[in-house]
Amino acid sequence: MNLDFEPFLLSFELASVTTILLFFFALPLAWYLSQTTSKFKPFLETITALPIVLPPSVLGFYLLWALSDTPFIFNFESLVIASCFYSLPFMVQPLQSGFASLNKNMIEASYIVGKSSLQTLFFVALPNIKPALLNAIVITFAHTVGEFGVVLMVGGSIPGETKVASVAIYEFVENLEYDNAHIYSMVMLLLSFSVLFSVYYFNHKQKSLK
Amino acid sequence: MIFVDIQKELEQFTLDVKLHIQENEFIVLSGTSGSGKTTLLRVLAGLEDTKGFIEVDGETWNSKTKKLPTQKRSIGFVTQDYALFENMSVERNLLFAQNDKNLAKELLELTELTSLKHLFPSQLSGGQKQRVALCRALMKKPKVLLLDEPLSALDAKIRLKLQEELLVLHKRFHLTTIMVTHDKNELEKVASRVVYIERGKVVSKKEQQEQRVLQFVKKQKNKLVFESQNEIFYFDLEKENILEQIVLYK
Repeated sequence: MNLDFEPFLLSFELASVTTILLFFFALPLAWYLSQTTSKFKPFLETITALPIVLPPSVLGFYLLWALSDTPFIFNFESLVIASCFYSLPFMVQPLQSGFASLNKNMIEASYIVGKSSLQTLFFVALPNIKPALLNAIVITFAHTVGEFGVVLMVGGSIPGETKVASVAIYEFVENLEYDNAHIYSMVMLLLSFSVLFSVYYFNHKQKSLK
Repeated sequence: MIFVDIQKELEQFTLDVKLHIQENEFIVLSGTSGSGKTTLLRVLAGLEDTKGFIEVDGETWNSKTKKLPTQKRSIGFVTQDYALFENMSVERNLLFAQNDKNLAKELLELTELTSLKHLFPSQLSGGQKQRVALCRALMKKPKVLLLDEPLSALDAKIRLKLQEELLVLHKRFHLTTIMVTHDKNELEKVASRVVYIERGKVVSKKEQQEQRVLQFVKKQKNKLVFESQNEIFYFDLEKENILEQIVLYK
């Protein structure tokens, strides 16, 4: 058996890049959503949550259509763009509910001592929502590793470029290579379990500390 | 000199307050809960929008065309729950407000907190948190100090001590202080002037008592009311006990 672990590396590379990009994009969005009373808030929240309910093929189709005349199609960059859309709610929602759970008076206290909204975000709000922050990062990472539909639609299956682990498993099954499919699937299962377990374990510890 | 003339629609009534406050006054706001006292403080801090006019030392904080952001108002604000920055030590809470180590040291000494300066808010008692919040509010050397029932959650002994500390700080930092309280003893002890607020309006002490009597009678139908010289008693006829005793203004 000659197993190629490149798809896993690619999956992790994609998940890392996506998580970092999304963190910086989602942070101000989540902060804004948690603080605003604007009438556009429900609209923005709906847009943000859409990838949870949309079939990945719908999101993939629109992205394919939007990216078709750009250089960002059927390559790693296209995967990154697609993943950022696909995993957006998994970064925004835990952060937003973390911010919303903070003591409003504490946030206002920061404004009263003269700090701007941005200073308040980085020095007061963010350090006080560590479990939510960890949750957002880990779940976004894990969710991106687990992507299949969107990735297949905008990336195809180019070895070393867009063939991530989930796509590789799909191909093994198509080619009736069940042994390889078993191994890949088991690796994914164990990795996903460990990642989720570590988050829940950390949160459990944090709660029992309080 | 603070000049306030504001109107703000609230759910049940309009907050309509006109106030002139001299420099270094210690104003205590008194009134039943829900009468608009906290909202008035929040409006002064710029945390809530309002119609009308606020001027502090010749600087316009609120007018028809302008609302000075909270960050630019020279205020300190201590809320009932203290609202300390949970992720920072006592000392960092102060220095985050203003990076002035000498002032922080002085304030911590004045309030006997020096030995606790490396602790975090979660490790402090209620009284200690209250003092940290007070110190933090003073770090920017504000012109106006707003206190929203800062001592209500504390037991009587600590409250007395902190009332004295408050007065010391009020004088030491030449503050104009506006404090909300329910505690009758606190009114007399710290206030240079008491302002009574009922249903969003400034009233006299007598009017406030009339309002209270009215509200009480509305709630307590079929209860016996007995008035003697300057006191009103409310009796529960079934249980034969005094429900409330209101001392009238002499």
